[in-house]
Amino acid sequence: MSPSENDAGVSIAATAEATDVAERGAERVRSRGSQLADRIAAAKAEDRAALIAYLPVGYPDVDTSIAAMVAAVEGGADAIEIGVPYSDPGIDGPVIQEAVDVAVRAGVGMADVLRAVTAVAEAGAVPVVMSYWNPIERYGVARFAADLAAAGGAGAITPDLIPDEAAEWLTASEEHGLDRVFLVAPSSTDARLRSTTAACRGFVYAASTMGVTGTRATVGDAAERLVARTREVADGLPVCVGLGVSNGSQAAEVAAFADGVIVGSAYVREMLEGRGADGVRALSKELAKGVRS
Amino acid sequence: MTTTSPPTQPGERLLPARPGWPDETGHFGVFGGRFVPEALIAALDELTDAYEAMRVDPAFLAEFHRLQRDYTGRPSPVTEVPKFAEHCGGARVLLKREDLNHTGSHKINNVLGQALLTKRIGKSRVIAETGAGQHGVATATAAALMGLSCTVYMGEEDTRRQALNVARMRLLGAEVIPVTTGSRTLKDAINEAFRDWVTNVETTNYVFGTVAGPHPFPAMVRDFQRVIGDEAREQVLEREGRRPDAVLACVGGGSNAIGIFTAFVPDDGVRLVGLEAGGDGVDSGRHAATITGGTPGVLHGARSYLLQDDNGQTIESHSISAGLDYPGVGPEHSYLHDIGRAEYRAVTDAEAMEAFALLCRTEGIIPAIESAHALAGAMTLGRELGPDALLLVNLSGRGDKDVETASQWFGLGDREEVDPGPGLDTDQQPTEGAVSNDEAVAGPDAGEEL
Repeated sequence: MSPSENDAGVSIAATAEATDVAERGAERVRSRGSQLADRIAAAKAEDRAALIAYLPVGYPDVDTSIAAMVAAVEGGADAIEIGVPYSDPGIDGPVIQEAVDVAVRAGVGMADVLRAVTAVAEAGAVPVVMSYWNPIERYGVARFAADLAAAGGAGAITPDLIPDEAAEWLTASEEHGLDRVFLVAPSSTDARLRSTTAACRGFVYAASTMGVTGTRATVGDAAERLVARTREVADGLPVCVGLGVSNGSQAAEVAAFADGVIVGSAYVREMLEGRGADGVRALSKELAKGVRS
Repeated sequence: MTTTSPPTQPGERLLPARPGWPDETGHFGVFGGRFVPEALIAALDELTDAYEAMRVDPAFLAEFHRLQRDYTGRPSPVTEVPKFAEHCGGARVLLKREDLNHTGSHKINNVLGQALLTKRIGKSRVIAETGAGQHGVATATAAALMGLSCTVYMGEEDTRRQALNVARMRLLGAEVIPVTTGSRTLKDAINEAFRDWVTNVETTNYVFGTVAGPHPFPAMVRDFQRVIGDEAREQVLEREGRRPDAVLACVGGGSNAIGIFTAFVPDDGVRLVGLEAGGDGVDSGRHAATITGGTPGVLHGARSYLLQDDNGQTIESHSISAGLDYPGVGPEHSYLHDIGRAEYRAVTDAEAMEAFALLCRTEGIIPAIESAHALAGAMTLGRELGPDALLLVNLSGRGDKDVETASQWFGLGDREEVDPGPGLDTDQQPTEGAVSNDEAVAGPDAGEEL
């Protein structure tokens, strides 16, 4: 399928630009370091995978959500994916949708997100923003990059932004030394695995299954195959796995082949079911044990 | 008939040349593109490749044109409506009768093409989103015809407004899933359809209903819908010996408008006018006039104008017409707007319903409420242009599905109380706003001239 790649919708110019920017980015990573890559490397030095926890800002309210993020750090999360609420979360399943919907209706915005970034940094974990593209575009891409860097953020994960469309973000993230995490999927061609990982900084997000976020009974072999395929082209960039991991044994399973384990819906469920910061902290402890086993 | 003849010589009936956009990655200037999860890129690439091969494949095109002729009933006629035109400042008004297509709207044009494409790429299941239900009905119809299994996502709010179409889809063998997230309308149905697609992409093709969404949908749906304008341009030239002064169409996502505009885009003297759903008025904040009252952003896989707040959250739209009740719009419309080739105006619910009633009574044609927005636009534009003007209006659909909504609109005295949802059984007896032959044709908000 890869020979048709360029006919089929990947802008040659955009890809070339992405590659160019990524090369310059790689230089910067070497010179200034990437918060995410550094933290994942530190975990690796302990012979374990990193634990990355997702929680959205603003559920059930901004302060409580920030307290939950801090609790996730206390329980052992290395990085927090700080979710920007969005009205049309296309790849999120019902659990995250339910929580995010509350935050959207309450008018939670980027100022709240940046407050969470600073709180997570102060708690000792790496804060990385997770946002659909429109809230960032609306805020202003350059302004977002500047404010995120000033707040102590590592960078951003952008689930509906592919590098082909990301010229403005590549430039802005470069300028402020921010990590940028794009997704790869089991359906990605080898050519796309290569061009996407080349545009990433910090780590590459391997979406373990074809589907939306949510807990699953098993993570499946697709994730391991995808990680192996990604590693072949990733040139040492860490590969972290998300979608479907919800408990310690799944975390252990994924930690055996990935550099980091990303858990979202299971954390959000702790909040939705009222167990709050205590539940989040306990889940982090279980998962942190998993990534060390 | 005064228009293109059906295909007899496969290979000579390629789809007409495209305008100079989008580029090969699906961009209309700064608009369009692909803002989707990576997991969908392979499917979009596959669709793009298959479609590009299919659109120059004589065998496919022969089958497509045969279905358009024998199944849809194309070409659809052009009808002059002189009595309606008396309310348009004396301008002459021609209607392109997409309402006469099988399934009752222009939606079938696109669906037949995409269903054929689905079979070509070897998938057995189609999914679709629907607002008014017309695209859902068309998709369910094509799925029945071609032996595909079909699931339609429809906002719960819309399943109530358009209960008749829900029943039609189920009769045709489709599964209809009411969507209860967000505003429970078209935008949320699209979100759910994308979630289904990313999960089941190996077996499933997403038959997108309008010229929005990620590349290749805006270009592909345009290519399938452009038959409206290709036919109409020829029909008008043949009967009038001239081009129309203006071409008008309603715009929700914008597929019927792109369908009729495309053939006229190179005709510099022809004004292209899109009529957006103004709801209670653009100033009220309760509307669906995306270009008139929105700003550029990203929604449902493409950059285009949309209704959004300062945080980039999509604002819930409002329109009496379920088919126009959408806070986004196809990227090509945003582009045509920005380059000044098309103009976009808002028509309020009240103006649309006035035009709706007028066409019913003066011409014996019950239009879809969506299409009534274009008719209302013709009433205004005709008055601006005067008696020499020749207007071509796309009558994109018929109003059978809207009879309950219209009855309620005209049956209740106070339009603030209009609620096309629950309570349809109440207050159906004639009241002060009821339609009689001579009075109150357009309900409580009818213009003085009626």
